[in-house]
Amino acid sequence: MTASDAGHLSRREWLLSDRPASRVQARLGRAYVAWRRFSANRLALVGLLIILALVVVAALADVLAPYSPTVGDLKNARLLAPSAAHWFGTDDLGRDIYSRIVYGSRWTLYVVILVAVIAAPIGLLVGTVAGYAGGWTDTILMRITDIFLAFPKLVLALAFVAALGPGIENAVLAIAITSWPPYARIARAETLTVRNSDYIKAVQLMGASPFRIVLRHIMPLCISSLIIRVTLDMAGIILTAAGLGFLGLGAQPPLPEWGAMIASGRRFILDQWWVAAAPGAAILIVSLGFNLLGDGLRDALDPRSGDQ
Amino acid sequence: MTAAIAIEGLEVVFDRFRALKGVSLEVGEGQSYGLVGESGSGKSTLLRAITGLVPIDSGTITVNGKRLGKTRDKAFYRDVQMVFQDPYGSLHPRQTVDRLLQEPLAIHGIADGEKRIERALDEVGLGNGFRFRYAHQLSGGQRQRVAIARALILEPSILLLDEPTSALDASVQAEVLNLLEEVRRRRKLTFLMVSHDLAIITHMCERLMVMQNGEAVETLTASQLIGHRVSEDYTRNLLRASEGFVRTA
Amino acid sequence: MSDTLLEVDDLRVTFPTRTGLVQAVRGVSFSLGRERLGIVGESGSGKSQTGRAIMGLTPPQAEVSARKLAFDGMDLLSISPRERRALRGNRIAMILQDPKYSLDPVMTIGRQIVETLRTHEKVSKAEARERALAMLQAVQIRDPARVFDLYPHEVSGGMGQRAMIAMMLITGPELMIADEPTSALDVTVQLDVLKILDKLVAERGMGLIFISHDLRLVSSFCDRVVVMYAGKVVEQIKASDLRDAQHPYTRGLLNCMPRIGFERHPLPVLDRKPEWAA
Repeated sequence: MTASDAGHLSRREWLLSDRPASRVQARLGRAYVAWRRFSANRLALVGLLIILALVVVAALADVLAPYSPTVGDLKNARLLAPSAAHWFGTDDLGRDIYSRIVYGSRWTLYVVILVAVIAAPIGLLVGTVAGYAGGWTDTILMRITDIFLAFPKLVLALAFVAALGPGIENAVLAIAITSWPPYARIARAETLTVRNSDYIKAVQLMGASPFRIVLRHIMPLCISSLIIRVTLDMAGIILTAAGLGFLGLGAQPPLPEWGAMIASGRRFILDQWWVAAAPGAAILIVSLGFNLLGDGLRDALDPRSGDQ
Repeated sequence: MTAAIAIEGLEVVFDRFRALKGVSLEVGEGQSYGLVGESGSGKSTLLRAITGLVPIDSGTITVNGKRLGKTRDKAFYRDVQMVFQDPYGSLHPRQTVDRLLQEPLAIHGIADGEKRIERALDEVGLGNGFRFRYAHQLSGGQRQRVAIARALILEPSILLLDEPTSALDASVQAEVLNLLEEVRRRRKLTFLMVSHDLAIITHMCERLMVMQNGEAVETLTASQLIGHRVSEDYTRNLLRASEGFVRTA
Repeated sequence: MSDTLLEVDDLRVTFPTRTGLVQAVRGVSFSLGRERLGIVGESGSGKSQTGRAIMGLTPPQAEVSARKLAFDGMDLLSISPRERRALRGNRIAMILQDPKYSLDPVMTIGRQIVETLRTHEKVSKAEARERALAMLQAVQIRDPARVFDLYPHEVSGGMGQRAMIAMMLITGPELMIADEPTSALDVTVQLDVLKILDKLVAERGMGLIFISHDLRLVSSFCDRVVVMYAGKVVEQIKASDLRDAQHPYTRGLLNCMPRIGFERHPLPVLDRKPEWAA
C-alpha cells in the first residue's frame, strides 16, 4: 500500500467515524454517507453530470458560442442544414442554432433557479406552519392550497401570464405561483408525522417558541423530501416554461429560450427539421438530467431509509 | 416544608374520555415521588398535565408555590424538566448531541454554554467524546444519558421522569437508575417518576401513589410497600405480579 | 433425554452489512424435550434470531448454518422450503411480542384462526368454526362467539395476545416458540397470559421455547434456562438452580434488577468482560 493510499483510507475513516471530534467532522461525515449512497447510483451520477454541464455551458456561453444568439446573417445563412460551420444549422433569421442553444441554457437555468427559490420556500413555510399549528390556520392554508391545486398548472400559469403580460420574468412568476401547492402538501404531511414525536415535545418543554420549533426543528426534517420533489419537478418546470414560450407568452423574441425556439421552428418542421429538433433535444436531455438527479437524491436523502 | 408540586382535584378529559378523575398529590421539596399503574391508569397524563403538554379541565397545579395557569412561561421550564420514556424517539434524528444540548441554552439565552455542555456530559458519564455524535451513533442507554443531560442543563429543581428505563436492557437500566439517584443527591432535585414497575418505584422513591383508571388507588411510603402493609387488593395484585410467575398446581 | 424434540448444534446466523459479515448467532447448541426452555439475553444477544432460525423466519439476506438443526429427527436445513412451510404453523408455531403486528388487521380474529386451521388440515367450515371457538375458550376468552367476530384493533392487548396464542395452538403444534410473548402487556395481564400458556403446554405435552429479556420471569416460568450473550450461550442451567449460577453475566443480570425488600443503593451494575463474548 502506498502512502497516498493510506492517507486516503484514513481520510475515509475520519469521515465515517462513529465518534466525530468536532462539529465539522460530524457534518462532513453525514454528507459523505449521503454522497456514498448517491454515487452508488450510476444513473444519478449521469444526471448530476448533465446538470453540471448545463451550469458550465451557461457560465461559459460567451466562450462556447461562435456566433451571436440574436443577430443572424439574413442574406447568406437562412435555414442552413447542420454543417461544420453551423453545428446545429441555422434558423429562419440566419442565426446559428448551436449558439442560441448555448445562450438558451442561461434562460433555462434562470427559470429553474428562480422557480425553485420562490416556490419551494413558500410551500415549505405554508406546509410546516399549517401542519404544526393545526386547527383554523391549517384549514385556511390548506383550502387555499387546494384551490391552487384544482387548476391544471399550465392553464393557471397561462391565466397569470395573461394578467401580468407576456415576458420571461412573468412566466417565471406564474410558474412559481402555480408550483408551490404540492410542496406545501409534502411539507405538511412531513410535519404531521413529526409534530407529535417526543423530540419535538422535548423542545416544547424547553420553552421554545412555536416559530423556533417550526424553523429550527421541523423545517430541517422536511427539506430533504422537498429537495427531492423540487428536483423531480424541474423537468416539468422547464417544460411549462417551454410551453409558455411556445405559446408566445414566455420569453419574447429575440431571446434564445428553448421553448420559443421550438415554436418558431414549428413552421419549418417538415423541411428544416433541425430548427425545432435541436432545442427539443436540449429540453429532453436537461429534463432527463433533473429526473435522474432527483431519483438519486431520493436514495441518498430519504429520511425513511434510516440514518446510516 | 414547602411543597415542590401540589396537585388538587386534577381532571383531564380527552374527547369525553376521563383520563384523570380528580387526582390530588403533594411532593415535598427534594422528595422523590412515584406514580405506579398499568396502561390507561393516567400516570403519564398527570406528568404531561404538569408540563402543559395536555390541557387541564379542572383542578389546580402549584409548582414551587406558584399556581400554574393555562400556559407555561419560559421561567417554568427552567424549574421543571422531563425525561421521556423512549430514548429512540426523544432525540432529534438530525441533530448532534452538541446541538441538542445547545438548544435549551439558546432558548433561555444562557451565556456560559460551553462550560455547561461539558459539565452536563461529564455528569451523565458520557464525556466530550460523545459531543458531536448523532442519535443513531448512540446506544439506548447512551441516548437516555443524553436526554438526562439535556434535562439537567437548564439546572431545574424538579425532574419529571416518564418510564425513563422501560425501553432499556436490565443492566443498562441499573446504570441509568444509579445515575438518576446520583444527580438527585448532588443537585438536591425533586423527582416525580412514573413507572409500571413497582420494584423500580420502590427502589427510587420514598413515597408513591398507585393509580388505576385515572384514579388514585392508594398512597404509600416505600417502607409500607416493602413491609406489604397495603390496604387495597389492586396494590396487592401488583405486588404479587412483580414477584414473577407462580405455578399453582 | 429420550424424546428429544429439537436438537440445535452449532447454530450460526450471519448477516451481511455495509462493513462486512456480522454473526448474530455464533454457535448456539442446545436440545429440547417436551419441556419449557427459556432463552434469556439482552438486546443484540441473538436470542430472537435463534428463535427465528429454528422457525425458518430468518431474513433472506442472512445465512443460517448449523452442524445439526433437527426437529423430531428431521433436518430442518436440508428439507425443501415447501416442507418447511408445512411444518411452520402446523407442528412448530411461534408467538411474537406484539399481537398488533402479527394479526392481520383486516380480517376478524375468528376467520384468521379458521384459515390457519384449514390451511393445515382438511376440515369443514362448520367444524373449523367449532374448533376455533373451543380454542378461544381454552385461552380463557370469556365470550368466544363475540370475540370470534371482532377485528384485532377492537380487542385489548391481553385479549389480542390470547387470540394469537389460540391461533397458534389450533393446529396442535408440538413445538411452540414464544418470543417475548408478554413484554407488551401490563404486569397483571402478563401473568394471566403466562398461566394460560403454562396450562396448555402441560396439558398438550408441547415443547416450549420462551425467549425473553426478563431473567426473573423466565426462571419462574421455565424448567431450564439458556443464557445468551453476544450471540453465544454463556450458561445453561436448571431454573431452580439459578441462584447458584456460575457465569458472572448470569449473576450480574439477576442482581442488577431492583427488588422489593432488597434495598441496594446504588444497584450493582454489569461489568462486561470482553472474554464473555470471545
